[in-house]
Amino acid sequence: MKFKSTGILPGFGLTMGFTLAYLSLIVLIPLAALILKSTTLTWAQFVQEVTSPRVMASYKLTFGASLVGALINSVFGVIVAWVLVRYEFPGKKLVDAMVDLPFALPTAVAGITLTALYAPTGWIGRLLEPLGIPVAYTPLGVVVALTFIGLPFVVRTLQPVLESLDPEMEKAAVSLGAGRWYTVTRVILPTLAPAWITGSSLAFARAVGEYGSVVFIAGNMPMKTEITPLLIITKLEQYDYAGATSIGVVMLVISFTLLLAINWLQSRTGVHRIH
Amino acid sequence: MAPRVDEVKTYPVLDPARALTEPRWVRWVLIAVALSFIALFLLVPLAQVFASALDKGMGYYFNAVREPAALSAVKLTLVAAFFSVVFNSAFGLASAWAITKFRFPGKSLLITLIDLPFTVSPVVSGLIYVLLFGLQGLLGPWLKAHNLHIIFALPGIVLATVFVTFPFISRELIPLMQEQGSEEEEAAMVLGAGGRQIFWKVTLPNIQWGLLYGVILCNARAMGEFGAVSVVSGHIRGLTNTLPLHVEILYNEYDFTAAFAVASLLTFLAVLTLIAKTLVGLKYEKSRQTPAAQAESGIA
Amino acid sequence: MSIEVRGLCKHYNGFKAVHNVSAKLETGSLTALLGPSGSGKSTLLRMIAGLEVPDSGEIHLTGREATFASAKERNVGFVFQHYALFKHMTVFENIAFGLRVRKQGERGIQDRVFELLKLIQLTGYEKRYPSQLSGGQRQRVAVARALAPRPEVLLLDEPFGALDAKVREELREWILRLHEETNMTTLFVTHDQQEAMEVAGRILIMNHGEIEQDGTPIEIFDQPATHFIAQFVGESNFIDTEVSEKGLAVWGPFRFSVAPSLPVGKKIRIYFRPNDVYMTAQFETLQVRARIAKTRFKGTTIEYKLDIGEDKYISAQIPKGVALASGFKEGGEVYAAITAFHVFPIDAEG
Repeated sequence: MKFKSTGILPGFGLTMGFTLAYLSLIVLIPLAALILKSTTLTWAQFVQEVTSPRVMASYKLTFGASLVGALINSVFGVIVAWVLVRYEFPGKKLVDAMVDLPFALPTAVAGITLTALYAPTGWIGRLLEPLGIPVAYTPLGVVVALTFIGLPFVVRTLQPVLESLDPEMEKAAVSLGAGRWYTVTRVILPTLAPAWITGSSLAFARAVGEYGSVVFIAGNMPMKTEITPLLIITKLEQYDYAGATSIGVVMLVISFTLLLAINWLQSRTGVHRIH
Repeated sequence: MAPRVDEVKTYPVLDPARALTEPRWVRWVLIAVALSFIALFLLVPLAQVFASALDKGMGYYFNAVREPAALSAVKLTLVAAFFSVVFNSAFGLASAWAITKFRFPGKSLLITLIDLPFTVSPVVSGLIYVLLFGLQGLLGPWLKAHNLHIIFALPGIVLATVFVTFPFISRELIPLMQEQGSEEEEAAMVLGAGGRQIFWKVTLPNIQWGLLYGVILCNARAMGEFGAVSVVSGHIRGLTNTLPLHVEILYNEYDFTAAFAVASLLTFLAVLTLIAKTLVGLKYEKSRQTPAAQAESGIA
Repeated sequence: MSIEVRGLCKHYNGFKAVHNVSAKLETGSLTALLGPSGSGKSTLLRMIAGLEVPDSGEIHLTGREATFASAKERNVGFVFQHYALFKHMTVFENIAFGLRVRKQGERGIQDRVFELLKLIQLTGYEKRYPSQLSGGQRQRVAVARALAPRPEVLLLDEPFGALDAKVREELREWILRLHEETNMTTLFVTHDQQEAMEVAGRILIMNHGEIEQDGTPIEIFDQPATHFIAQFVGESNFIDTEVSEKGLAVWGPFRFSVAPSLPVGKKIRIYFRPNDVYMTAQFETLQVRARIAKTRFKGTTIEYKLDIGEDKYISAQIPKGVALASGFKEGGEVYAAITAFHVFPIDAEG
């Protein structure tokens, strides 16, 4: 393969050299170390590590709660995006700016705050407790935390798409005799679908790896409320490097697959990635 | 049999203005649902932080944020954020230049690899450094022999923070510079400017708002990172504790008020970030006009 | 300063952007590089400016080899299609840029910039930003910026492409006057044949990365060298037929004399312009009877679609005055002759 630039501006060697060196040092070599470490295990050992009942239970919780969180966000995210783009109301700019709070707020802060809110004595927990809905220290708490950290993704992916929708399209639908409900459900929402799926996948991908906001509210009981990332830390603290590495590899493969899927979705829809 | 008059369906004439938006009650319901969702998930937690922080009064609050362990956590957080902003800015500029100004094979693979840290779980981000530099790690014995400390020390915290914020600036600059194209740089080159002159006089002024935007995002994430840092830090109070880790320790010691007091500092920072992000975002949007769009927007 | 390119090639992943192009432009000439989009004309211009590196071939500026010379050493002025003005700099700083990077003194810079502002008739605009100018003004600033370091050659890439019709007209005249005043060797790229004919003394026509014809506007219009040019320049009718006997081809009622060297049975394509159709109401001589199938008003001329029988049609363009005086009507009978045409043999690839 010919690895030669074909642009005329200066600086290719310098910038490309630095890019590759830095990428290798910070990302590629450390990730390779993880893979390398995992190869010291036999295949049978590896399978045993990543399919033990406690690990399986953690997958179930992590992926299940992430999925539920992403679904909640996909429903409310589209409403929030719609309201922010289409309607006028006082405080709209403030609400718009606040949507990014989960990006900006450290996850540990989110974790202790949500725990305080949903604990049986908390502002919200107090209201739910008598209804027999405990949230803190249950899988429901994990869902709450993952909904919080995934909130901006659907909104921020949908907003630019909604803004760039051609108003002529809606007028055309109306001129053809379509009512508002029909226009929205058959014309607008299908146009939003690719961005909608992208945003929800981003929220899901983020939730699967999340640690800080979950560990406080989850209660972390093995087999019940223990998420996979926490299990890695637990194994590390017990000096079980083989276990930590194996689960780490599984998580890495899943992240990479999700990244490729999301990139593919975005290349098809032209939706820019957001942070 | 002829149809009776009342059997003939009548179609209401659609009012075009009404058909382009929803009935008023629908709008109200949607706004109410959206605002309730935002209030429940964003506003109430914000209020909770400050309420819990001031639970035992201002005196307790100020003591909590001024005690030596808290101050040293502030210092460590600032150091880690400083390094990740500086390193990742340099990387962002270099990678965006290489990727947007030149054609080369493997470009989309490179962009995917730059994105990778974004999807890796923070815990895995910490784990990889432990496996590389920890006592049981690949380089562990060598580091021990030379008395070098990376894990459970400052370099490990900086590395983990740099890793989780790795794509932030780069991914802001690549689409921006892609959009802006290379015409201005080429114009400068034909006019006789060298590489450094092109960068400082033409490129940097054009991407300054995008760069600043990326720096704000990178800084916010760096200061708030918890999972990755938690794995590599060792939680040595006063030594390897960043602010989020300090919050965790206080919380686990059941000193909730102090934990929330320190958390309120981070929350304050997050609010500042949102404000800065919104303000810079406005400037940024303005600067994003492409040359072609600018050419068309000329006042006749 | 003269420009000469010899055997210039530039390929992108097997696509021949520019293929084996040679040409020589004399000092002080004003030349148009004309072609459809994707014909390689911009790539050729950019290689001369040093913005692309050729795969093979040579570029000589004033007899000096400059194929791999830096943009600075070439001393050419380049004007971009979308102006590429520095958005964050004032008009003054834009024009001064080429002087500043050459480390000229502040006094010299001031004098030169104000001299150029006068030349482009934008004195008093020096503190404005590009976003505060109209399209035509921006283009003039771009030209002034290119001229500031006193280049020996001026290259313009679709200089009027992004402007509306009226401003284009003004700028064309302005470029012509500028060329008369400075007498600088100028090469500009355009896809607009009208523009090329009006402005340039010489036209190079490019297609598929190669120069198909090099000549004056009159030569190009009256003696198209290839199929492509016959249909690309001006409006044309074309008909496909074959040589029926030595020196003669027949199409419907029309008879065309062709080169005697073409063998009988050779497939040929004949091009003729609508305004080379001589049309009268009464039979004069050597004309063919036709029926006006359709009339289209085109401003100064009227275009007629003529039905000449056997399901064959040609189009004719008549000056409006002549047409009205002759009383041509849709459905009416007329007599037509083709006064000028060009014959091209059809090769295997068409």
